[in-house]
Amino acid sequence: MNEDEIKKLVFQLLKQIAPDTEPSTLKPDENIRDTLDIDSFDSLQFLVSLDEKLGIEIPEQDYGKITTLKNLVDYILGKIK
Amino acid sequence: MIEFQMPSLGADMEAGTLIEWRKKPGDAVKRGDIIAEVETQKGLIEIEVFDEGIIGELLIKEGTKVPVGTVMALINPTETTLETRKETISEKPTVKIQPTEEKIVEKATAEKFEERHIKVSPLAKRIATENNIDLSQIQGTGEDGSITKDDVEKAISQKAKIEKKEEKSLPKNLAIRSAIAAAMSKSNTDIPHYYLEKRIDITKALAWLREANSKRPIQKRLLPAALLIKAVAKSLIDFPELNAIWDNEVQIKKEINIGFVVSLRGGGVIIPAIHKASEKSIDEIMEALNDMIPRARAMKLRSSDLSDSTITITSLGEGGADVVFGVIYPPQVAIIGFGGSSQQPFAENGMLGIRTVFTVTLAGDHRATDGLIGSDFLVTLNKQLQNPEAL
Repeated sequence: MNEDEIKKLVFQLLKQIAPDTEPSTLKPDENIRDTLDIDSFDSLQFLVSLDEKLGIEIPEQDYGKITTLKNLVDYILGKIK
Repeated sequence: MIEFQMPSLGADMEAGTLIEWRKKPGDAVKRGDIIAEVETQKGLIEIEVFDEGIIGELLIKEGTKVPVGTVMALINPTETTLETRKETISEKPTVKIQPTEEKIVEKATAEKFEERHIKVSPLAKRIATENNIDLSQIQGTGEDGSITKDDVEKAISQKAKIEKKEEKSLPKNLAIRSAIAAAMSKSNTDIPHYYLEKRIDITKALAWLREANSKRPIQKRLLPAALLIKAVAKSLIDFPELNAIWDNEVQIKKEINIGFVVSLRGGGVIIPAIHKASEKSIDEIMEALNDMIPRARAMKLRSSDLSDSTITITSLGEGGADVVFGVIYPPQVAIIGFGGSSQQPFAENGMLGIRTVFTVTLAGDHRATDGLIGSDFLVTLNKQLQNPEAL
């Protein structure tokens, strides 16, 4: 899976939990939760669905490493390699 | 005979529109079965029955708006079903005929139509059946008044337009807004609130949660909200006066059913209840949240989800405002508010440290309780949160 494919999946999953937003307009360094107004519950749902799609388990102590789109995509790339 | 009434799903609900009966006369129902779907300001709600028996009669037509408390159906209670079984055997044909007739009306309009010898082309008939169009409602424009493919297609587009219009006439967030407006105005007019706040160190509770989550797969992870609900429920056992409703006098409730405020995207809140929260483990509370929050956001709740809350919790989560003073949801007598947590200098036992702290508030109904009870409650809640492993 390359960077573009990961982004596409991330946008699709974000859209599911925040259907009124346009995740694809996220800037690389914007805080995802703040920008799309996602609370802790929906944030957990998003991570569960990422786990289901990609089989990557994100431990809680890594939550700080995936706050922006760029961070998240890099993190996933690192995990699936 | 038990009267099944339009239930009240909160002080703010005056009426509901029956959209669909899910049961028909002769059907057996038990507690928890869904009998109907009702459109309310809080969305399309599945209404459950609380009795066991056989549906006798459905008194309200689908599409009718009726006030809360209206008798909608009659149910023959189970105790008598044994006695009446003999009678029902002789009545059996009637019971059997009804559903069969309904099936014909619903599914085979085209066949029924043929019986009445009105002309319709095979293609038109097929399209009508596929799109659930009642041919008897169409005026044919073909030869000898026969119904053509065009006539059916016209009817389909008309039906779609009507359905679209119906959707438009119910802007969900506006409906919710007016429900909130009614309940909160009532609260502010009727309830003399008193307010208390307490700063609570939650470093230990969050550490316990992190430790618990590190051993769990992501699907089983706990959110702070589950812990907070459990701590409130456990504290309430010692403060029954706060777990109550006001109806000219305070009525203490035995079950601790915690209403949890879920904010909706696009505005508005909905408050599903976690029933018997004091008897549930933190895991069970988390499961209840996992089940209810997505359904609340999709506005697909069941009547029991919205019934019988005895107290409300509102939580701002991390990064939000520091303090929230709630408005009591009538007829309840208290609401607990959790502000956003943040790292703060916190002095304890003569030592100053950096701790994760939040402010917990209680708004109480002064008709039902006094500030001292509220204050004692917050002290107890603090103690519970300092011993998360015991929750």
